[in-house]
Amino acid sequence: MSEDLISINNLSKTYKNGLKALNNVSLNIKKGEILAMLGPNGAGKTTLISIICGIVTPSSGKVNVDGFDIINDYRQTRSKIGLVPQELTLENFETVFNNVSFTRGLYGKAPDPKYIESVLKKLSLWDKKDNILRQLSGGMKRRVLIAKALSHKPSILFLDEPTAGVDVELRKDMWKSVEALRESGVTIILTTHYIEEAEAIADRVAVINNGEIIVVDQKKDLLNKMGRKKLRIDLHEKTDTIPESLSKYDLELSGNKLSLTYSYDTQKQRTGITNLLQDIRDQGLKLKDLKTEESTLEKIFVTLVKENNEN
Amino acid sequence: MRINYYGFRAIYLHEMDRFRRTLLQSLISPVLSTSLYFIVFGSVIGNYVQNIDGISYGSYIVPGLIMLTLLTQSISNTSFGIFFPKFNGSLYEILAAPISTFEMVLAFVGAGATKTLIIGAVILATSNFFVEVSILHPLLMVFLLVLVAFTFALFGFLIGLLSSNFEQMSIIPTLVITPMVFLGGSLYSLDMLPPFWQMVTYFNPVVYLINGLRFSFYGASDFNIWISIASMIFFLVLCISVVAYVLKKGYTIKS
Ligand SMILES: Nc1ncnc2c1ncn2[C@@H]1O[C@H](COP(=O)(O)OP(=O)(O)OP(=O)(O)O)[C@@H](O)[C@H]1O
Ligand SMILES: [Mg+2]
Repeated sequence: MSEDLISINNLSKTYKNGLKALNNVSLNIKKGEILAMLGPNGAGKTTLISIICGIVTPSSGKVNVDGFDIINDYRQTRSKIGLVPQELTLENFETVFNNVSFTRGLYGKAPDPKYIESVLKKLSLWDKKDNILRQLSGGMKRRVLIAKALSHKPSILFLDEPTAGVDVELRKDMWKSVEALRESGVTIILTTHYIEEAEAIADRVAVINNGEIIVVDQKKDLLNKMGRKKLRIDLHEKTDTIPESLSKYDLELSGNKLSLTYSYDTQKQRTGITNLLQDIRDQGLKLKDLKTEESTLEKIFVTLVKENNEN
Repeated sequence: MRINYYGFRAIYLHEMDRFRRTLLQSLISPVLSTSLYFIVFGSVIGNYVQNIDGISYGSYIVPGLIMLTLLTQSISNTSFGIFFPKFNGSLYEILAAPISTFEMVLAFVGAGATKTLIIGAVILATSNFFVEVSILHPLLMVFLLVLVAFTFALFGFLIGLLSSNFEQMSIIPTLVITPMVFLGGSLYSLDMLPPFWQMVTYFNPVVYLINGLRFSFYGASDFNIWISIASMIFFLVLCISVVAYVLKKGYTIKS
């Protein structure tokens, strides 16, 4: 209990137009972890973040941040939080430096130009510090939003799709920055549609669909539990049908008739590979090559959401 | 953190910064329009109008013109101050900041009122250039100007809060405020109206503001000064209550 930095209890949100965006969500976030929230468009990720940050009022339920209630003790909770919003919402005519300093002030911190300088340098924005926000590219604006969120040294950082529209190289840099932030003790909650992003940096993954959390688990456990591996067996010669004696393995024959694919569960005691290979040899088929392929979070995610929608 | 002083300061300075960026536009239009009033009404028409309450016509209209500027400027400054961040979405960071509603409103309204008072001072200096202006009760004048600037900045905040597009933003200033100021005795004394229209005028709150300010200048007023002060304070309290109510409901800025 004590290591839960954020605890969300039975949180629901119905917007004024009657849309139920969150339905009884409970979730605990541990100090120092990186939690990735995955979910299709409209799942409720931004709504959840907005409630914790104080932008949207909850319809029911409670959220505590470091033991403080987000509504009654909003000064304590909000001053610990930094938020990078999903939308590129910035003033038009202010300079980068002033705008980042403005956010620091809002959070009740005395001006500290040196610190702002270091943040801007880290995000490769220092040479843009006197530029007017309107003149920046989308990716640069995104980085300004990140700089703003870091301007008051928050201990909790919400990143709502931080790398949308950021180029590949910079995205990798940002992953490193996120990792470095975590090392310095910052707890990070991010949403993303790039599953490789969650795979690369998250400790835990929460999958949200239709306003409900359908799975929260350690990334590794999730991969293990849900993970199915595929074994692809390339053959020397074409085979038109899968031999009768191999039918129990549920193999798939490729379009060019030159390879067979076997799916198996890595968690099982017996994967059946030895027997399969034995039976293939007994059939007189000649093996050319073997390849295994692990399922990614992406596939797991798609499966989960699909199952959830069917129920 | 009991009071978020730096947060208040950030919003206040941020708003003042916007004013500085557009300083020339902010000053040039009120100065130009006041000068035009003085040339047309003060010099040309003024020559055909006898003194009112012993004051030359050009001098007589100064408090009314200052009031006109004060009302329109404080409303537009503050309504745009809150409307822009609402419009471009950057209001999210103020909502997410550890700042109370009171501190936020005070910062926006304080900045709007400050700008207005600066413009008011410039107008006063401009009038001095065209006509003779004497100020009998300077402290009362400053008090009234500050009170009016704050009250109408708050009123402007309310308009910016409730407006969802630019048309709505300008509807109240042009449809309500400007006629009220013109029909509020800014350019004439109520004695000059037929009795029926005098009666109607008593229901125009701006009449009391203009007369109060004129009293602080020349000691001449159609009403007792306390009626003016009381009506201003009444309107201030009304604005505070409505803004507090609207923000408590989160209306238009929080879903
Ligand atoms: N202010 C609002 N008023 C009414 N409905 C809203 C509002 N904001 C969001 N919604 C609705 O709530 C649902 C959840 O939206 P939310 O923005 O939380 O989704 P999301 O998971 O962040 O999606 P995305 O991946 O597209 O960012 C959606 O159906 C959306 O249309
Ligand atoms: Mg979203």
